Amino acid sequence: MDRSNKVYGITALFSKPEAILSAAEKVSDSGYKKFDVNTPYPIHGMDRAMKLKRSFLGFVTLTFGFSGTAFILFFMWWTLSVSYKLVIGGKPFFPLPAFIPITFEFTVLLAAISTVFGMIAAFFNLPKNSHPLNETEYMRSVSHNKFGIIIEAADPLFDEVKLTQLLKELGAEKVETVYWPEDEKFRIFEPKFITFLIIVALFTSGTTYFSLNKLMYIVPFNWMDKQDKTIPQEKSDFFIDKFSMRTPVEGTVARGFMPYPFMGVDTPKVFLSDPLLPTKEVLKLGQRKFLTFCSPCHGNLGEGDGRLQGQFPNGPTFHSNAVINMSDGQIYHIITNGRNVMPSYASQITRRERWAIINYIRILQRAENASEADVKEAKEEESGKNVQ
Amino acid sequence: MATDYSQEISVIDERLTFTDIENLVARPIDEKPNKKYLFALSVTVSMLLLGVVCLIIAFYYGIGMFGNNIPVAWGFPIINFVFWVGIGHAGTLISAILFLLRQRWRTGIARFAEAMTIFAVICAGLFPLIHLGRPWLAGYLIPYPNQHDLWVNFISPLVWDVFAVSTYFIVSLLFWYVGLIPDFASLRDRATSKAKKFIYSLFSLGWRHSNRQWQHYEKAYMILAGLATPLVLSVHSVVSFDFAMAILPGWHSTIFPPYFVAGAIFSGFAMVVFVLVIVRKVFDLEGIITMNTLDNMNKVILLTSLMVGYSYGMEFFMGWYSGEVIEKFVIINRAFGPYAWSYWIMISCNVLFPQLFWFKRFRRSIPVMFVVSIYVLIGMWFERFVIIVTSLHRDFLPSSWGMFIPTFYDVGILLGSFGLFFTLVLLFAKNLPVVSIAEVKAHSKGAQIHHEHAEDKLNG
Repeated sequence: MDRSNKVYGITALFSKPEAILSAAEKVSDSGYKKFDVNTPYPIHGMDRAMKLKRSFLGFVTLTFGFSGTAFILFFMWWTLSVSYKLVIGGKPFFPLPAFIPITFEFTVLLAAISTVFGMIAAFFNLPKNSHPLNETEYMRSVSHNKFGIIIEAADPLFDEVKLTQLLKELGAEKVETVYWPEDEKFRIFEPKFITFLIIVALFTSGTTYFSLNKLMYIVPFNWMDKQDKTIPQEKSDFFIDKFSMRTPVEGTVARGFMPYPFMGVDTPKVFLSDPLLPTKEVLKLGQRKFLTFCSPCHGNLGEGDGRLQGQFPNGPTFHSNAVINMSDGQIYHIITNGRNVMPSYASQITRRERWAIINYIRILQRAENASEADVKEAKEEESGKNVQ
Repeated sequence: MATDYSQEISVIDERLTFTDIENLVARPIDEKPNKKYLFALSVTVSMLLLGVVCLIIAFYYGIGMFGNNIPVAWGFPIINFVFWVGIGHAGTLISAILFLLRQRWRTGIARFAEAMTIFAVICAGLFPLIHLGRPWLAGYLIPYPNQHDLWVNFISPLVWDVFAVSTYFIVSLLFWYVGLIPDFASLRDRATSKAKKFIYSLFSLGWRHSNRQWQHYEKAYMILAGLATPLVLSVHSVVSFDFAMAILPGWHSTIFPPYFVAGAIFSGFAMVVFVLVIVRKVFDLEGIITMNTLDNMNKVILLTSLMVGYSYGMEFFMGWYSGEVIEKFVIINRAFGPYAWSYWIMISCNVLFPQLFWFKRFRRSIPVMFVVSIYVLIGMWFERFVIIVTSLHRDFLPSSWGMFIPTFYDVGILLGSFGLFFTLVLLFAKNLPVVSIAEVKAHSKGAQIHHEHAEDKLNG
């Protein structure tokens, strides 16, 4: 490494641990602050000789360890009892004894990682391979079998001549001045480096593409994509008609669902009776379904003036005597079975909804053909007199 | 030979200087690999390849290639998992617990044992994935945020295992690396070739052997040892919960955690002795890994053998004392049923042969300890075989009784795991300092000032 002529510090080498200990003591007693001792292994008592404050690394461990405890307990509680409540063997949502092993492991994990990374990054300021002491004869000696001391030029008491004298008096084998290295120049745009970057980029994207789009779909890694089963809309090689979707066998009845007994009969002798009471919810449901399915032809008020006038034969009005006199079951039969050009609505409107629509039609009929008494009642209700 | 127990015996050969230590440790790294080394490597790599081929076949056709089936649903993969996790425990015990107990003889073997921990945990960690049958789906074991809001079951011992083993691996790796940093710096400063210098500079992170660094470094080492000590005890306890938390007779037992931890240290020490006997011979490290160290190791093996033997006896006692017909049946069936041979292999290898170590002559005899350590390894593997297979093969209903017969693929993968382990051990021994240079220097004669004074006082 090329060296500039700017002084970094003075180094001295000793060959006995006793000598370096007394040298460190002497240097720190003389008032130097910016000095360091380099030894191939830690020497007991050196911290006191150098007047170093005790290491606070333990507090990093403590802080992160307990943060780990708190985090993982909170996390396990949150996942099992908030995010996705999961009953496991009838145990409570916060079974503390069962959480202990993981809590312990996570505490240790976070404490250990924070200790090591805290030490390297915060306390040592490493990784750093550009220190002026690196690649000096001094460094080679202290990492092998010598004990060295360095006093930096940045120290306010630094005086090259006086220090050399002092170190020689302490019995140093070799006293040497270390200079700052020349500033390193990084040539980022060198073609070699650019080529290297391009190769790395291509390799990374290539392997990523290959593993995500190809490798994961090779047998047996194919996520069960290919299975011996049919998927709706897919062509089937098994059935003669090549359809993978099948219709149910003739006469199939869904479980707990009796089919409508008069399906396909034009005018049955008997009709079903309305199972619903005209409550507010039923009428609201009936209104909604009426407006969706009935009003296009029969009109919003059931007057036979639907929006599809001229495009589709309009349905009859609901306010004729014939319809008013129809039984509920009869209307239900018409909705379910269809009549004339009106198709069956059995597949679109559920049974409950059909009865709700009939209840709503009855309301429309009464409103359209209201008697004096009805008007009076309505008026009273409006003014709040009728409390029934 | 009379030993003076009032004094601590020297950790390493007293005549070694700092230069000797460094040269001894760095020699395998500096030299080109010789024929013996390449031969050993080719054997282990062949074993590894056999395992890889068996694995590929098993993954392609599915785990029907293994012998496990109902009722013995946990076959070789779980046996091997428990076995390898156990092997790892010796390293942490040596590097952490013996460090806290100020057992200075650990210095020469700590690095190697830690490395073996890491390699053993690598082998162990593979087996649950192998047991899954679709190892590429193992990511689901980790709680990660997903759109289904679906999390892992934190109450399951199998999830505890994931946390315990991965934590153990990470902490062991950090502990090992922290110990290696000063040695990388020493190697960096003695390296002559440019490539080596670059690699060692990279891994030494710019370490300068400064006392301002040593101060925090020693603190960190102490903290890590303190963290690793309860960790190592917890890991095999958690592994034992996989069994003990189940209500299966033969597994559902409170003695399992201490029994497993003792067994783990037992088998781990046997593996360390087995490997070190070879390593100290091949790399001329007799001065650093001394006979006194091996003697101490054998004492630990003897102690843990007695603990394991006590557990076997206690299992029998509990089978009788519980008054449960089925518990009693399981224990008697273990010793005299169709798998009695495996039980008696376990008893003889784990309890009988280590008793030789009561005698100093055998504790200090290389051939004896070599053979006994192999026996212990076989015995401890069979202990897990006994626990898993004999408890499972007799179900509650005699109509669902069955037998477990391992297939070629089971055995191939087991051999492959040994191949992986020894390949890693060989690569480590060749490419990294197998002994902590800084620590051994610190424990050599005349290295510390206060120690000498203390010893002078003792002698005077």
